[in-house]
Amino acid sequence: MLGWELPPHNSGGLGVACYHLAKALALQGTTIDFVVPYSAKHENIDFMNIYNATKLSPLERYGLGAYDSKFLIDKKDATELGGLKNIRDVQRHYTRYIERHIETKNPTYDAIHAHDWLTMEAGMRAKELTDAPLIVHVHSTEFDRSGGGHGNPLAREIEYQGMIMADRILAVSEVTKRIIVEQYGIPADKVEVVYNAIDTTSFDDGYEYDRHTYRYLESLKEEGYTVISAVTRLTIQKGLSNLLYAVAKASSKYDRIALLLAGDGEQRDELISMAADLGIADKVFFTGFVRGKQWRDAYSVSDIFVLSSISEPFGLTALEAAHHDTALILTKQSGVAEVLHSIFTYDFWDVDRLADQIVGIATSHALQSSLKKNIMHEYARLSWDDVAIQLVGMYSTVQKRSVVPV
Amino acid sequence: MSKRGITLYLHVHQPHRVRDYSVFDTAVDHNYFNDSDPLSGTNNERIFHKVADKSYRPMNALLQKLLDAHPEFKVSLSITGTFIEQAEAWAPDVIESFRNLINTGRVEIVSETYYHSLAFFYSQTEFEAQVEAHKNKIRELFGVETSVFRNTELAYNDALAQWADQYGFKGILAEGWDPILDWRTPNFVYQPEGTENISLLLKNYKLSDDLAFRFSNRDWSEWPLTTDKYLEWMGSSYDQPLINLFMDYETFGEHQWADTGIFDFFEEFVSRWLSDENHTFYTVSDAIDKNKKVGTISMPATVTWADAERDLTAWMGNSMQQEALKHLYALEKDILRSADLELIADWRKLQTSDHAYYMCTKWFTDGDVHAYFSPYSSPYDAFLYYMNAIRDVRWRLHAHHNTGGLSG
Repeated sequence: MLGWELPPHNSGGLGVACYHLAKALALQGTTIDFVVPYSAKHENIDFMNIYNATKLSPLERYGLGAYDSKFLIDKKDATELGGLKNIRDVQRHYTRYIERHIETKNPTYDAIHAHDWLTMEAGMRAKELTDAPLIVHVHSTEFDRSGGGHGNPLAREIEYQGMIMADRILAVSEVTKRIIVEQYGIPADKVEVVYNAIDTTSFDDGYEYDRHTYRYLESLKEEGYTVISAVTRLTIQKGLSNLLYAVAKASSKYDRIALLLAGDGEQRDELISMAADLGIADKVFFTGFVRGKQWRDAYSVSDIFVLSSISEPFGLTALEAAHHDTALILTKQSGVAEVLHSIFTYDFWDVDRLADQIVGIATSHALQSSLKKNIMHEYARLSWDDVAIQLVGMYSTVQKRSVVPV
Repeated sequence: MSKRGITLYLHVHQPHRVRDYSVFDTAVDHNYFNDSDPLSGTNNERIFHKVADKSYRPMNALLQKLLDAHPEFKVSLSITGTFIEQAEAWAPDVIESFRNLINTGRVEIVSETYYHSLAFFYSQTEFEAQVEAHKNKIRELFGVETSVFRNTELAYNDALAQWADQYGFKGILAEGWDPILDWRTPNFVYQPEGTENISLLLKNYKLSDDLAFRFSNRDWSEWPLTTDKYLEWMGSSYDQPLINLFMDYETFGEHQWADTGIFDFFEEFVSRWLSDENHTFYTVSDAIDKNKKVGTISMPATVTWADAERDLTAWMGNSMQQEALKHLYALEKDILRSADLELIADWRKLQTSDHAYYMCTKWFTDGDVHAYFSPYSSPYDAFLYYMNAIRDVRWRLHAHHNTGGLSG
């Protein structure tokens, strides 16, 4: 399995998904060699073998950007990083590592499973060298990351080649499958939808919400305020300016609302001044990047969680929010909306509708509590074990197909 | 005819910078101003010690030396309440050295708002309360009265002058800005529009800024500035009675470091100016007493001593600054009614104009980054920390005094 990150060295949902996927597969009896592009300990992982493709620290790999191909040119001194000055260098190094690994160890793999564009070149090379079928798992495309635009042509080209060379493509949602078919011209029958899931046991670590971290917001709630949140990277893909417009609009109808933006990103400054321009700076709270308790408390303090993405392949945060007892509003362009029912949805550009939904939930206790209650029954059904069973079945069919003589 | 005089006026100020006060501190930790991190740019104590060593101690020693050596040497100072509080806490010897200067009888203290605030533009009552607080503090600490007024950042308009006139001040200070003066020069005493008794002293910004901004600038065509050159420029207005040099006190040693030669330059310049028996120095009161008003000046719109625009846009120009100040001043009634002295003091410390200045984004458009100083990594950070502090003030009102709501 070729990946770019695993917890706790992840900068987002990709690492979380890979971790749970691999863990559930191992439970089904699959043996996994997982390659990451950095060197670090993963003390919480004993169910698979982890290989480190470079000597970079996870932090340096963060700096190079796990998601954002705009970080292609990094300003850091190349010699400091052993000649790996940008993400392309790391990718090349990663691919060479895979080549050496296969040449020296001569392993027999039943399948090569590569996650996202970052590892697709290595995946193609591994397929070439081992003759094992290549499965390309698409968690996000360059189309998504650029907020629905063309994005970086190089990343797009790698994605295209990877998907052409793949024996099977996995998309994390119908939304993503449609992008793969429409934007990349891949035949639909080559693409299978495999939804992400949530491992609720991973939340059982003795966490209890104590109303202390966001004490001012808790005071606002005592005053009758409704707290809306987004836990996200502050980046164009996430559609946060529309969320701000909607909150401003909703405030003009009903002013007891506050917005918590938990996360960081290149759009932060723009959003701060936009909130001031809209006259709602006082209602918007920026936390910066949060982890651990502050991260979970960001969900817990919220009444409403909004996933405002312009294009969201899946959107694991919505399930995490649901676990912490929030009402969900998701864009129709978010994959996770396909597997949930007790939610509000809106088109990412439809500010009026979002504002309307916010005011509706904020002003109706009955609506808010039934949304929270009903989603509880839904999200937990999405199990990684089911995903693993689906994948094991798929591995065996691609294998059979690949032994057909050419 | 009286002697030709320099009115040297220096402004002494330090704000209580807000530490990196996050949403996680809000409603939990009410300490906004004390940053214990020794490396932090918002550690007020550390900054005070640094500036005291570089500027306040050496410059006061030099002023004392000049006062002792030259009976004609005089200087006027405005010293903010926020500066005095920090000096009392961390450098009482600096207060003592100011007291020694004042005791010569040739150092005048200029009146202003205690908190170096822009309250005049938001609340007349709060503004007057701060002027009184400053008068009281100066009286209590130095045993002197103030009779000439300067507003924060030299922000001046006709309405302010009319207020100061009614309030009983004999003089007021403003920028001598060319578009207002037109053919007139700042080197006379004027009368503000619509006033009865008060006199207006205008800053000679060219000669002031030669020291304050350009002295060490090697790209300046006149660099290095010599006393010969400076005296020669002053001589070109030989037929005019005043040269008003108004600037930040910290020009000496902090904005212009000792190694630029600013202290030596100043000492030599004072001696050489006074070596001509027709030359003298005035305090701001002397300048008014010894010179007749030659005409009326009107500034309906606010003029400051900042930037090429000479307006308030560096403090109130963008929406973040406007929002922050709006929410701050909206608390006035509830804060004062609480009678909670700590809370009132914290709220007033947040009025210091520097906080709004740190949120200025002007330089993004005019590219003049180096003209601005901020302890924060961006104006957006300054805004976030400040808003969180305002929310906490609001929370304290609400939690401890059952007044006000949490919504702004």
